Amino acid sequence: MQLKLSAEDAAFRDEMRTFFTTEFPQEIRDKVLAGQHLTHDEIVAGQRALNAAGLAVPHWPEEWGGKGWTDLQRHLWHEEMQRAGVPAPLAFNASMIGPVLAQFGSQEQKERFLPKTANLDIWWSQGFSEPDAGSDLASLRTTAVRDGDDWIVNGQKTWTTLGQYGDWIFTLVRTDPEVKKQAGISMLLIDMTLEGVEVRPIELIDGGHEVNEVWFDDVRVPGDLLVGEQGGGWTIAKFLLGNERVGVAPVGATKRALARLKEDAGDLLDDPLTRARVAELENELLALELTALRVVAHSAGGEPHPASSVLKLKGTELQQAVSELALDLAGPGSLASGADDDSPVPGWARRTAPTYLNLRKASIYGGSNEIQRQIIARTILGL
Amino acid sequence: MDFTYDDEQKALREAVRGLAGKAYADFESRRTATAEAPGFDEAQWARLAEMGVLGLPFSEDDGGVGAGPVEIGLVCQELGRVLAPEPFLASVVHAGGLVAAAGTPEQRADLLGRLAAGEIVLAAADTSPGGRWSADAEGVTAAVDGDDWTLTGVRDPVPNGARADHVIVSASLPDGGTGLFVVEGAAVTRTDYAAVDGSRAARLELDGTPAVPLGTPGQDLTPTIATVSDITRIMGANQALGVMQAQVAATTDYLTSRKQFGVTLNTFQALNFRAADMYVSLELAHSLVDWATMTISEGSQDDIADAADRVGLQVARAGRHIGQEAIQLHGGIAMTAEYSVGVGTAHLAVLEQWLGGAQHHLTRLSARVGDHGAVEALG
Repeated sequence: MQLKLSAEDAAFRDEMRTFFTTEFPQEIRDKVLAGQHLTHDEIVAGQRALNAAGLAVPHWPEEWGGKGWTDLQRHLWHEEMQRAGVPAPLAFNASMIGPVLAQFGSQEQKERFLPKTANLDIWWSQGFSEPDAGSDLASLRTTAVRDGDDWIVNGQKTWTTLGQYGDWIFTLVRTDPEVKKQAGISMLLIDMTLEGVEVRPIELIDGGHEVNEVWFDDVRVPGDLLVGEQGGGWTIAKFLLGNERVGVAPVGATKRALARLKEDAGDLLDDPLTRARVAELENELLALELTALRVVAHSAGGEPHPASSVLKLKGTELQQAVSELALDLAGPGSLASGADDDSPVPGWARRTAPTYLNLRKASIYGGSNEIQRQIIARTILGL
Repeated sequence: MDFTYDDEQKALREAVRGLAGKAYADFESRRTATAEAPGFDEAQWARLAEMGVLGLPFSEDDGGVGAGPVEIGLVCQELGRVLAPEPFLASVVHAGGLVAAAGTPEQRADLLGRLAAGEIVLAAADTSPGGRWSADAEGVTAAVDGDDWTLTGVRDPVPNGARADHVIVSASLPDGGTGLFVVEGAAVTRTDYAAVDGSRAARLELDGTPAVPLGTPGQDLTPTIATVSDITRIMGANQALGVMQAQVAATTDYLTSRKQFGVTLNTFQALNFRAADMYVSLELAHSLVDWATMTISEGSQDDIADAADRVGLQVARAGRHIGQEAIQLHGGIAMTAEYSVGVGTAHLAVLEQWLGGAQHHLTRLSARVGDHGAVEALG
């Protein structure tokens, strides 16, 4: 048992901190630190800056740009990024389809897609959820039917985050309706500019346009864009959703949001009840961060630590709780969410209500928190 | 950074688990041991001494083993698992800790040597009626005449105070500040009683009672007392962790074995989800306990004070959550004194109020929220 980082890991952390705070584009960091949304071009520029330094996809296999780091080093990389206000590489590219193609893709698919995926030359969207397949993903109904060498795709995906920017979409489609529902699913890569693909925005309760419906109407997809085995989609989906041990809980970003809120709150922080809420949240975030460290330090090369399932559940709850505190501190000023920058209400206060509402998503996506409780009860507690 | 035990630590854990389990795995033997004063099994105290456990924190010069906080913490966890009533925390960690931190070499060798050998029990008397976890000596005053010191006042509650051969009493000094004194147990008017978890505490009435200063006579020991209290809080959190681990395990066992409506209770998702939330509380508390324990050897006095507040708050919250849910998910059986789960909840309440409750720690942490940006786990 030892708290201090080894000299090697401490040096690694310093190296990351120096790069993120001195070499990464400052104007992008400033917007993130101020809690503002990034544009498409800023997200792309950010990832390219990371990729140019070899820091966009460190967890990929080394021949495709990975770094061969330990889980702890990846954790430090991720925390330092969040601490510096550097936007993490686009999850759909870096954490989802990239590792999937590296593991299951053909050599041709790897060469065609991986370098462009790392550099965000291709913006990937995720086509998993459907109107009748949310937590019960295996009941998805979008079909792909063979026609010569091609697949003809019909159906609808939904909750496609940032699909309006998507160049390509990785989808789960039903290629065999006759077998057990998990066994009839395959993964297909679809060019979103093809005829028959339509992206329709979904307006959310925060007033923003973040997610979309994606419709497929007789879309003809070349056969070489099936990933892995036909009928192997469920295995790939489980790999994609389950292989992430680092960055499961949004610890660094939530810490940064709370520290920033303390600055923004000014005199409001004199109220003892406010101070107590802050202190309690800081303590829970510390416990969460330490739990994340226990998980990464324990899982080197082996199975994930059982406590990893706690991270998503508690991490999203705390993320939401910080947004609620911000809303409470903004008070009546939070009504000015639609006002422009001439408003006398400070920007942080104007953003609180949309952020509060937007973050309700966090306990729903990525395996809802009820699914997480189910995993804990079944897998860990044996209930 | 490393959150795992080394082989020696694992061996110590197995040894203590074996000894504690042999004595108290059958909960009835714990009931017997706590049925009357002194509220623990003297033979088990001797066995702990024989194993070297009672001397773990003390230097070899003082008759101890010189082990670190991680080892002491895992002993507390193992004793907590079976609700072992022997006063390791009160006598060795707290009272022994005061002697180790403030005593002269002669006092340390004498008192700690005999404590480690299981020959004596010590108690720490730092709380007066109405007192609330303060390192200053409100309630007892020291007077000096030539080289002779006497103490006057009341200390209550004093954990294991009636059984203690020597009591380490804090008292306000004539020239200001707080000193520590060794008082013979037999020289004090003592009233023994049971706390709700079966442990014993006492009221100690001092009335011109002869006392020997611990360390240099007249020296203000307030910072020393505060740090030893903070270390005791962190070790108390280790003990509470052991209790909570046992409660979560007992609850999941019960849910998979107890039948109602013809099926086992784990058929009901409402119950399973509540058990899952208990596990979340347990793991978060576990992380802070490990962190705070390592801070004792790697941090400054201020770091230790901060860690004690943080782990005190987290474990108090977790103890309420897990302790209450463990009873609720068991149902009536856990309301009985014959069953370990409800008594565990009683023990968690006693640990919390003895060493500092959630509100106390939260008040202290709240006062400091403006002193930092984010709280950093890794310094």
